[in-house]
Amino acid sequence: MANEGRTVWSHRHLLGIEQLSASDIENILGTASTFKEILGRPIRKVPTLRGMTVVNLFFESSTRTRISFELAEKRLSADMVNFSVSGSSVSKGETLLDTARNIEAMKIDMVVMRHSSPGAPHFLSRYLSSQIINAGDGAHEHPTQALLDLMTLRERYPSFKDLRVTLVGDIMHSRVAMSNILALKKMGARVAVCGPSTMIPRDVQTLGVDVTHSVEEAIQHSDVLNVLRIQLERQQAGLFPSVREYHNVFGITRDKLSKAPKPLTIMHPGPMNRGVEIDSDVADGEHSVILEQVTNGVAVRMAVLYLLAGEGSELGKPIVT
Amino acid sequence: MEPKWTNASALWLKNARLVDPGSNLDEMGDILLMDGKIAGIGRVDFAEFSGKILDVSGKIIMPGLFDMHAHFREPGREDAETIETGCHAAIIGGYTGVAIMPNTTPAIDNVGIVRWVEERAQGLPVDVCPVAAVTKGREGKELTEMAELSGIGVKAFSDDGAPIPSSQMMRLALEYSSMFGVTIIGHEEDKSLAAGGVMHEGAVSTALGLTGIPGISDDIMVARDLILLEYVGGKFHVAHASTARSIDLIREAKSKRLAVTVEVTPHHISMTDEAVRSFHTSTKMNPPLRPEQDRKALLQGLKDGSIDVIATDHAPHSWEEKEREFDLAPFGIIGLETALSVVNTFAVEEGYMSWLNVAGCMSQNPRRIMQQPDVTLRKGEPANLVCFDPAKSWIVSESDFGSKSKNSPYVGKTLKGKVVGVVRSRKTTIPIER
Repeated sequence: MANEGRTVWSHRHLLGIEQLSASDIENILGTASTFKEILGRPIRKVPTLRGMTVVNLFFESSTRTRISFELAEKRLSADMVNFSVSGSSVSKGETLLDTARNIEAMKIDMVVMRHSSPGAPHFLSRYLSSQIINAGDGAHEHPTQALLDLMTLRERYPSFKDLRVTLVGDIMHSRVAMSNILALKKMGARVAVCGPSTMIPRDVQTLGVDVTHSVEEAIQHSDVLNVLRIQLERQQAGLFPSVREYHNVFGITRDKLSKAPKPLTIMHPGPMNRGVEIDSDVADGEHSVILEQVTNGVAVRMAVLYLLAGEGSELGKPIVT
Repeated sequence: MEPKWTNASALWLKNARLVDPGSNLDEMGDILLMDGKIAGIGRVDFAEFSGKILDVSGKIIMPGLFDMHAHFREPGREDAETIETGCHAAIIGGYTGVAIMPNTTPAIDNVGIVRWVEERAQGLPVDVCPVAAVTKGREGKELTEMAELSGIGVKAFSDDGAPIPSSQMMRLALEYSSMFGVTIIGHEEDKSLAAGGVMHEGAVSTALGLTGIPGISDDIMVARDLILLEYVGGKFHVAHASTARSIDLIREAKSKRLAVTVEVTPHHISMTDEAVRSFHTSTKMNPPLRPEQDRKALLQGLKDGSIDVIATDHAPHSWEEKEREFDLAPFGIIGLETALSVVNTFAVEEGYMSWLNVAGCMSQNPRRIMQQPDVTLRKGEPANLVCFDPAKSWIVSESDFGSKSKNSPYVGKTLKGKVVGVVRSRKTTIPIER
C-alpha cells in the first residue's frame, strides 16, 4: 500500500541528497507521512524491520539525530546497536575502515553513520556490504535533516514550487545548508543564503542560490527562514568579530521580523544558541516550527530505513504486516 | 613489478621515429647500439651485423627521461618506497635519471645523508641526484651548509613539501645559494591561506564541504619569490605550478630575463578538481587539482614554451595511509610509471606539444636545470634512451607499477601510449627475444 503511485526506490545507500531525484524525495516524504500517522497511534511500533540489525556509528557527538534514528529503528522493530567514539577502538588508533569492517563482521544490515570527514560514508560504501545512511559527514551533507525540513514545509505549504527559503548563518561549515540547498532546488523552491561574507563558501552561486548579507533584505523576500547554528569557535578563527556583533547583524529578532510583508516560517536544525542566531521569542513564537521539525525527524528516518530495507525487492516491504 | 633487463651490447633498432632536442632531430631512422654506445643513427646499413635486430616501426625513441621531482622516501619511510623501488618505477616509466626530494626522515640536509643516499643508489640503472634541504630539518629557520653540499655535487636545494614561510629566509636562501650557482626549488604555498585545506577552493570544494586551498595561495608565494629573485639574484625553480596566474607571473619574470624555470606535473595537465567528487584520496595532492581554466593555462604554457619541465612529484604512500577519510589522508600520488603516457594522451594528442617539446620538458631541460650532462642521440654518446609506443592504448593497473606504493589516480583509466622500454649502457628493458 505504501508504494502506490510512487516510483520504485532504487538506492542501496542514502549518502546524500545529491544522489536523489525529485521523485525519490517525494517517495520519502510520502512514506514519512504514513509513518507519522503510525506515530500518532497508541501503540507506536510496527514489525517492519524485525530481524534487521542497524548499527548507529557516531564518530562525532550528537544527541538529537542519534536519538531520532534510535527511535525510528525501535519503532520499526529493528535490532539496534549504538557505537560512539568514546570508549571505542578508534581512541586506540584503529582506522575507520577497520572499525567498520569489524562491526560488519558481526553480521549487520545497515549502518547509520556520522563522521566529521566529508565523504566518510561514501568512502566506506566502497568497502562495506551493509547499507549506509549518512547522518552527517563534516560540512558536506546531512540528508535526513534536509528531508525532515522538507517534510515540515510540505505540511505548511501546498507546493515547493517557487517557495522562497533563506538559510541564515554559517553556510560555509553547514552540512544542513548544503543538503537543504540541494533538496529544495530539486523540488523547485527558490533558495537564498544569508550570512557574513566570511562564512559564505566560495562559488556557492554555482548551486543556483542567491546570496545576501542582509537579514533585513532576506526577510523582505522570503517565506521561510532556516536559521543555522553559529558555532562559537568560529569567532576565535576570526570569521566574525564578536557574538554581540553577530547577533546585532545576523540574529533573527522579533524586531527584524516585524518588517516582513507577511509572517515568515521559522526553522532551526538545533541545537540553538538562544540570543545569538535566534531570539527566544522567535524560537518559541507562533511561526516557529522547530519542534515539528524534530517530530518529523523520526518519521523521515523511519521512511528512509524502510525504503532502504526494501531496496532490491520490487514493491518493498509492506509497512504494516 | 621489476623491470626485466636483457643484454643490449649489440642492438639495432630499426625504423624508429628518432626525437632528440640535443641535435634538433625528429625523423625516421635506425639506431645502432654497440658496447653501451650509440654506434650509428639515422640511415645506417650494416650488412655484417651479428647482434639483435628489432623493428620498432611506429615507436618513438628519445633520450632517457629525467624527473626532477620525485620522493623516494628513503630514509624513513621505506615501507612506502625505497631508492631501489623508486628506480624500478622510473625505469618502467622511461626515466634514466631522477632528482629526489629531501623531505625524508631525517631530512637530506647534510653531507652525511647525501653521501648515504648516493651510496644507496650505487649500481642502480638510474642516475639519482639528491636535492638537499634549503633549511636544516626543513624547518625554515637556518640555512643548510650549502657551500659544503654544493662542493660534493648537490645542484639544487628545496624544502619541498613545505614552503619557506619567511620572506627573509627565502631572500637569504637565494642570496647565499647564488655564490655556488645552484638552484632553489620552491614549493609555493602561503600556508596562512592554505591552512586546513585539502583540495582546490571553488565550486567543487563548496559542494563537497571540503576545506579549500585557493589558487592564490600559490600565486602569492610565486609573486613574492620572483620579487626576491629580481632583488637578490640566484637561480629559482618553481615546483609543480598549478595555476594560470603562476604561469603568467613566471612568463613575465622570464621576459625580464630573471633566472627562473618552472615545472608542471602530468596530473595537473590531465585532471581537474572535478575528479575529487569521487572522494577518492588518489585525487588528493598538493598543490591540489585545479579547475579546467588552470589546466588549460598549463597546457598553453607548455605549448608556448613558458613552462620548462614536466616533473612527476612522484609521492608514494602506503595503502593504509592513503585509504581513509579524504581530509585525513596524506597529499600525493605516484606518477613515474604513467607520466609519459599521460603527457601523450593529454598534451601531444590534444595538439599542445610536439615530440621535440616533450623530450625537452622531460629529458633535456630538467637535466640542464639539475646541471647533469646532456643525454642525446648523437653517434658516440652513451646508450641512454627510451622507446615509446604512442599508439598503444592500455588500462592502467596496479600490477604495472614498479613503485612499492599504488596510489595513482590513473588505475583503471585508459591511457594512450606506453613505454616499451629503455636502453641504458649495455642493457635494455625493451622486450627482445633471446
